[in-house]
Amino acid sequence: MTDVSSARWQRWLAEPQTRKGALITLLLVALALFGPWLAPHAPTDMLGQVYGAPSAAAPLGYDFLGHDVLSRLLSGGLSVLWMSVAAAAIALLVGSALGLLAGFSRRRLDQLITWLADVSLAFPDLILVLLIVSMLGRAPWLIVLTVAIAFTPGVIRLARGSAVAVAGQEFVEAAQMMGYSRRRILLREILPNILTPLLVHFGNMLTWGVGMLSGLSFLGYGVAPPTADWGLMINENQAGLLVQPWAVLAPAVLIGVFAYGTNILAEGIGRSSSRIGDKQP
Amino acid sequence: MNAIAGIETPRSPVSTRVLQVTQLRVELRDQVDVLSGVSFSLDAGEIVGLVGESGSGKTTLATALLAHARRDARIVSGRVEVAGQALLELQGEALRQARGSLIGYVAQDPATALNPALRIGGLLRETLAVHQVRLNRAAQQQRIVETLRDVGLPDDPEFLRRFPHQLSGGQQQRVMLALAFVLRPRLIVLDEPTTALDVTTQAHILATLRRLCKSLGVAAVYVSHDLAVIKDLVDRVMVMYAGRLVEIASREALFSRPAHPYTRGLLAAIPDVAQRRDLLPIPGHAPAPGQRPGGCAFAPRCSRRRAECSAAEPTLRELRAQQQVACVEPYVQGVQLTPQVPLLAIDDVAPRPALLEINGLNLAYDRQVLFDVSLRLLPGECLALVGESGSGKTSLARAVAGLGENAEGELLYAGQPLKLAARQRAAGLRHQIQYIFQNPYRALNPRQSVYQTLSAPLQHFFGIKGAPARERVEAVLKRVSLPASVADLYPHSLSGGERQRVAIARALICEPKLLICDEITSALDVSVQASILALLRQLQAQGLTLLFVTHDLGVVRAIADRVLVLKLGRVVEQGRVDEVLDRPQAAYTQTLLENSPTLA
Amino acid sequence: MPEPTVANPSCSPPRTPAWLAWFIGRLGYGLLTAWVISLVVFIATQALPSDPARVILGPDAPLESILTLQRQLGLDRPILEQYLRWLGSALSGELGVSLDSNAPVADILFGRFGYTLALLAGVIALVVPVALLLGVSLALRRDSRVDRWSLSLLIFLKATPGFLLAIGLVLLFSMPHMDLLPAVSILDPDKSLLRQLQFLVLPVLALSLSALPYLTRMVRASMIEALESDYVVAARLRGIPEWRIVWRHTLPNALIPAIQGVALTLRTLIGGALLAEVIFSYPGIGTSLNSAIQMRDLPMIQAIVLLITLGVVLINLLADLLTVLLTPKLRTARRVTMIRRNRRGIQPWWRRSPSKAP
Repeated sequence: MTDVSSARWQRWLAEPQTRKGALITLLLVALALFGPWLAPHAPTDMLGQVYGAPSAAAPLGYDFLGHDVLSRLLSGGLSVLWMSVAAAAIALLVGSALGLLAGFSRRRLDQLITWLADVSLAFPDLILVLLIVSMLGRAPWLIVLTVAIAFTPGVIRLARGSAVAVAGQEFVEAAQMMGYSRRRILLREILPNILTPLLVHFGNMLTWGVGMLSGLSFLGYGVAPPTADWGLMINENQAGLLVQPWAVLAPAVLIGVFAYGTNILAEGIGRSSSRIGDKQP
Repeated sequence: MNAIAGIETPRSPVSTRVLQVTQLRVELRDQVDVLSGVSFSLDAGEIVGLVGESGSGKTTLATALLAHARRDARIVSGRVEVAGQALLELQGEALRQARGSLIGYVAQDPATALNPALRIGGLLRETLAVHQVRLNRAAQQQRIVETLRDVGLPDDPEFLRRFPHQLSGGQQQRVMLALAFVLRPRLIVLDEPTTALDVTTQAHILATLRRLCKSLGVAAVYVSHDLAVIKDLVDRVMVMYAGRLVEIASREALFSRPAHPYTRGLLAAIPDVAQRRDLLPIPGHAPAPGQRPGGCAFAPRCSRRRAECSAAEPTLRELRAQQQVACVEPYVQGVQLTPQVPLLAIDDVAPRPALLEINGLNLAYDRQVLFDVSLRLLPGECLALVGESGSGKTSLARAVAGLGENAEGELLYAGQPLKLAARQRAAGLRHQIQYIFQNPYRALNPRQSVYQTLSAPLQHFFGIKGAPARERVEAVLKRVSLPASVADLYPHSLSGGERQRVAIARALICEPKLLICDEITSALDVSVQASILALLRQLQAQGLTLLFVTHDLGVVRAIADRVLVLKLGRVVEQGRVDEVLDRPQAAYTQTLLENSPTLA
Repeated sequence: MPEPTVANPSCSPPRTPAWLAWFIGRLGYGLLTAWVISLVVFIATQALPSDPARVILGPDAPLESILTLQRQLGLDRPILEQYLRWLGSALSGELGVSLDSNAPVADILFGRFGYTLALLAGVIALVVPVALLLGVSLALRRDSRVDRWSLSLLIFLKATPGFLLAIGLVLLFSMPHMDLLPAVSILDPDKSLLRQLQFLVLPVLALSLSALPYLTRMVRASMIEALESDYVVAARLRGIPEWRIVWRHTLPNALIPAIQGVALTLRTLIGGALLAEVIFSYPGIGTSLNSAIQMRDLPMIQAIVLLITLGVVLINLLADLLTVLLTPKLRTARRVTMIRRNRRGIQPWWRRSPSKAP
């Protein structure tokens, strides 16, 4: 008997874009996770000349304080990685739960949740995060939470919309006539049919999260120096942009590639599932 | 319907050939053909019906007459000549001019075929303008007014300013007719234009069409899946199967002496409101493009097949005057559709406790849909709920099934009061009433295999799991004539008829006493419908009670014992099927009967 | 010839058009949202931090200064009173005094707000026509090589975080032979903006590049859907010329969803504009906010955030209104519920109250 989920993975991986995206994302994840061990020097050691040129000892040169750029590069991906994954995951879980709740409860609760989501959406993402972070300090978990709050309304809208569309189909009514509990209908009939758009959105949130978190670091609101962080590196070294471009370019490129990989992954999943549609005469 | 047939072409001196199709062939990718070897001709003012089931290629043929093929198909060879012009050789501007002014087209669903952002008047004026019809402004306006009157629409400026969504379905389709006739083409192609309409509206539109064609001398190709609908409209009929024309005959010849076994099969499967008959399904199913067997495509399903049928594809040969058939062994004698004996002789005198009783049911959504409806359903009988759209028949069925809300009135099942919401009913009661939906394509969870869909209620109601569940699933699949291997498939691998059978199996596995069927065959082909109806009769013989919702009086005659007619939420008439359909009391019922297509 | 019941008899003219009634309701909803936003801003800045004065002055400030500041800002009053006073002065245009520069907030913001508006206007003026043109052309050339290459490029642009694009541009135009455009936007407040347009070019370009992909793809998808619809096929089979089909039959339908797309783009743009302004040192409210946050200038932060969010609420309101007015089905609707239902999507089945019973 063919398993539903394996059929789904196979379909996704059959799409070349998904494979490409998954590969790139995994490479970057591996780099971020294992980079610190591979770094030749400690990222906070000042070893060389300020804005020194690349050499055999330091293939990417030295940065504004004389740290080895390569070492900082290898150590700098971790915070972006875990924070964007955490923020996207929290937004996905909370948003889906709230969206499903909104779609299938009394009208009052639905209106309340939808309206709260609308209010939240009035704050541009970055502004909201800056507002909270500026007032309450910049602990990493707080940043993650705030980014998750910024992303959640979008997930609520998506979950609610997709769920309600699926619920309009007759097989859900059939389940209701059998007398299944609301919880069972949500989990067994509705959820499996809305997973795909939610996962595509998750991929998009990863991309946005990478952009926003590195942007925050760039503005100076992320991880505190001297910890290595890609966004922070761009900020720190922008004065020496023309002298030693690698200190800015290298982290910028990695941020870009990470965002690109997650984006292509999301696109691939979306495309492969849009190919499969129930044929109807 | 007799009134329509009476409209005839005014005697014209010369009958000119309007359409000549020769060896038309349309292919998909990989040279898989959708239709091939199609040849026929049409004279001015002649209406020909093109009949076939889904997958026969009839819609492809219809659009090919306008040199158009859908996105993944191509017209590869053949000739289409309209009024002397070779259409397939036209390109660009010439083709554009020909479309519309030489040949008109009326689509199936007027709601989607009309642009929601444009007003009716604008569409009509635009159609005239782009064809540079040699008329000045005033004359154009006059033509538009004339056409609107011809199709039976109001011609005042206020009407012309309306948007499509402000019109009823019937009016929308008349607008489509107007758009086609306003250019006075030589030929009109209509693709099942009345499928989405009520029976009464359908009758009106067909009468209008025939009148226009005859008076203006416009030839018409009318595509349909239902022979009964076109019986009084057309002069000739063409039957299509698996991309080939298998029979072309005059109306009189086709309905009294059908030659091709498939035509016979179709006629035997169509329910007729005039007399109760055993509907005979055609065994097997039509081959999809690319899966045609060698030789005659119908041979695997034919009872008269011989060895030479699979050897070579038969071509259309003239059997007798005005009848051509593509068959090695065609029928020659006339057809006789034998009536059947009714299922149950229900004795109204001897009282039996009713299985379902409804007293004074009032149901409202944002406005009231049922007014004081009462009925009694006896065990073992089949009661048909009949009405047009908006009559409330589906709301009534859903209320009985447990999807009702905002209702007042008394609902009794086996003498006990029945709660409206399914969740509030006792589990032991809930499984006894089962419901089957109209649309088989949305009735099954696409993420669950057939086995999962069928075993879930077993566990829910009876706590049966594992091997005993597997046995039951296979038994119920057998009961609905599906092979046991279907259990491991997903819905997207099944056809419409198969999905509907799975839906019936899901209902049967709950061991119901009452089965509510909501227009379950409307979305299916005629031959598939016949087999589903035969299955239902079998189930009724095994003791099930049926509540059958439909708009088709022919189906009512074929399957029901008693019938209840609804109009706008009120019961208009009820009684035994023979009495209500032969001697209707209410005017509404009479109108419905008059307008229902019949083969008699 | 008797015709069965007509769906919408036009005998009774509506008293007030349904869309107007809907709009009034929507306006109320917007005002309510605006009020809650003010609440959120206030709570985030004055109520949540346990000691706003300490937050402002920093952890090492002496107790005396803190107490003085508290009295000055009225932070020692009960929270509710603080909120009401704050709300009252905000409504009357009194946005407080900047703690950093001691000038009234309203004066400082006035000029800078104009600069940011100019930036946003420039981006919209560039992105919307290009997205429309590009989206429609790609839809007409669907699956061709141009289409596929363009899509890949758009995906690449979409994936790149906006501030990286900005930095890339700065890098590009800071290089020795590429100083055609100023990489840093040092605007002279005395001269009119129109004479200093060259400072706008790079920031507008950076923001446009990141805003273009979403809108273009949206227009393209919308156009493709319209081109494949039944009414387009029917029009083609009536012999309507292709250019007219695209222009009169498809575009009006395809562009309606683009209105919501532009609203969404504006919302994302505002966040992106903040980063771009910082990178290009452009004197708009983005840089003001950034420095206000770093200086802990509470009244400034409150004023800017309030301004931005109210702007977003207004944009959404306008987008909703335009959508309803431009869609004939919604504009001519007879009942407000029909408009609401279509705006919000399908109703769940147990709350289904269809206008036509099933």
